[in-house]
Amino acid sequence: MLFAAEEGGGGLAFPPIENIVEWPAIFFEGNSLLEFNKIGVIHLLGLVIPAVIFFLAGRQKGLVPSGARNVAEGVIDFMEKQVVMPTMGAEGMRYLPLLISFFLYIFIGNITEVIPFFQMPANARMAGPLVLALVAWAAFIIVGVKHNGLGYFKTVLFPSGVPKALYLLVTPIELLSTFFIRPFSHAVRLFANMLAGHILLVTFSVLCIGVWGFKPTVVVELLTFPGLMLFTAFEIGVSLIQAFVFTILAAVYIGLALHPEH
Amino acid sequence: MSIASTAAQVLAQTEGLTGDEAKAAQGASSAGFAYGLAAIGPGIGIGYLVGQAVQAMARQPESAGTVQTTMFLGIAFTEALALIGFVVFILLKFV
Repeated sequence: MLFAAEEGGGGLAFPPIENIVEWPAIFFEGNSLLEFNKIGVIHLLGLVIPAVIFFLAGRQKGLVPSGARNVAEGVIDFMEKQVVMPTMGAEGMRYLPLLISFFLYIFIGNITEVIPFFQMPANARMAGPLVLALVAWAAFIIVGVKHNGLGYFKTVLFPSGVPKALYLLVTPIELLSTFFIRPFSHAVRLFANMLAGHILLVTFSVLCIGVWGFKPTVVVELLTFPGLMLFTAFEIGVSLIQAFVFTILAAVYIGLALHPEH
Repeated sequence: MSIASTAAQVLAQTEGLTGDEAKAAQGASSAGFAYGLAAIGPGIGIGYLVGQAVQAMARQPESAGTVQTTMFLGIAFTEALALIGFVVFILLKFV
C-alpha cells in the first residue's frame, strides 16, 4: 500500500480473491456439469496417482520391494503405526484403505500449492474438503450403526451416567456437535488452512514482483524473497500435516463410533 | 465489534466516503478485528498445549510417539476456532 501510493497507484496491489482461487475452464466451457478446470485436473491426479502406485506395487511378487512398492509400503506402515493403532487399535485395520485414500488424495490436493504450473491447492475450494468430510461423516455413522445397531444413536445422544434432568441440556448439544458441527469443522479445518496458505504465498509473491526492477524499492526484495522461500517450505510441511490431521480425525471419529460408550 | 464499526464510521466520515465504499471500509475494518480476536485464544491454547507436550516428551521419551499423535489432535481441535475466525475474515473482506 505504501509503495503503491508512492508510485501513483501502480505496483503493489493485492489481486481480488476471485483472481487467485478461480480458474478458467480447460474443457467444456460454459457447461456447468462438465466444465473442467485446473482444480478438476488436480482432483483427477489425486485419484490416478495413488491408484497407479498401488497397482504397480501390487504387481510385484518378490520379497524385496522396489520402486512403487517402497512408496506403498511406506505409506501403509506410516498409516498403520501413526493413525490406525493409536486411535482404533487392531480392529480398525479394516478401515485402513479408506484412511489411506483420504491421506493420499488430500496430500496431492494440498502439495500442488507449491508445485510450479499448478500453484493452487485443490482443497482451497470448499467443494473438495466438504465432500471428503461428508464421506468421513457417512463412514462413521455407518460404522456406528453396523457395530452397535440403532443403539448407537441412543449411546451418543443419551450418554450413560448423566442425571436424567440434564438430558434436556446434553442431548441437543451432543446432537449438534456430533452430527452437524463435526463434519463442518472437519471440512473447514482443511479448507481454511489451505486457503490461508495460498493467500500467504500470493501475498509474498505480490510483494516480490511489486518491488522488483531498477528502483530503490528493490532493497525490500532482500526481505520478501527469503520470506517467500521460507513460507514455501513451511507450506510443504502444512500440506503434509493437514492431510495427516484430516485422516487422523476421520480415524478418531470412526473409532468413537466403534465404541461409543468410551 | 462496536469499537470496530465505530472506527470504520469515523474513518468513513473523515475521508468522505459514501455508500458502498463506507460499507467496504467497515467490512475491512471489522474483518481485521474478527481475525485478530479469533487468533488470541487459539494462540494461547496451542502454545500451552505444545509446551505441555514437549514437557511430557522430555520426561518420558519412550512415550513420544503417542504424545505426538495426541498433540496433533489437540492442535487440530484448538486451531479450528482460529480458522473459523479466518473464514469470517474472508467473508467480511471479500464477499
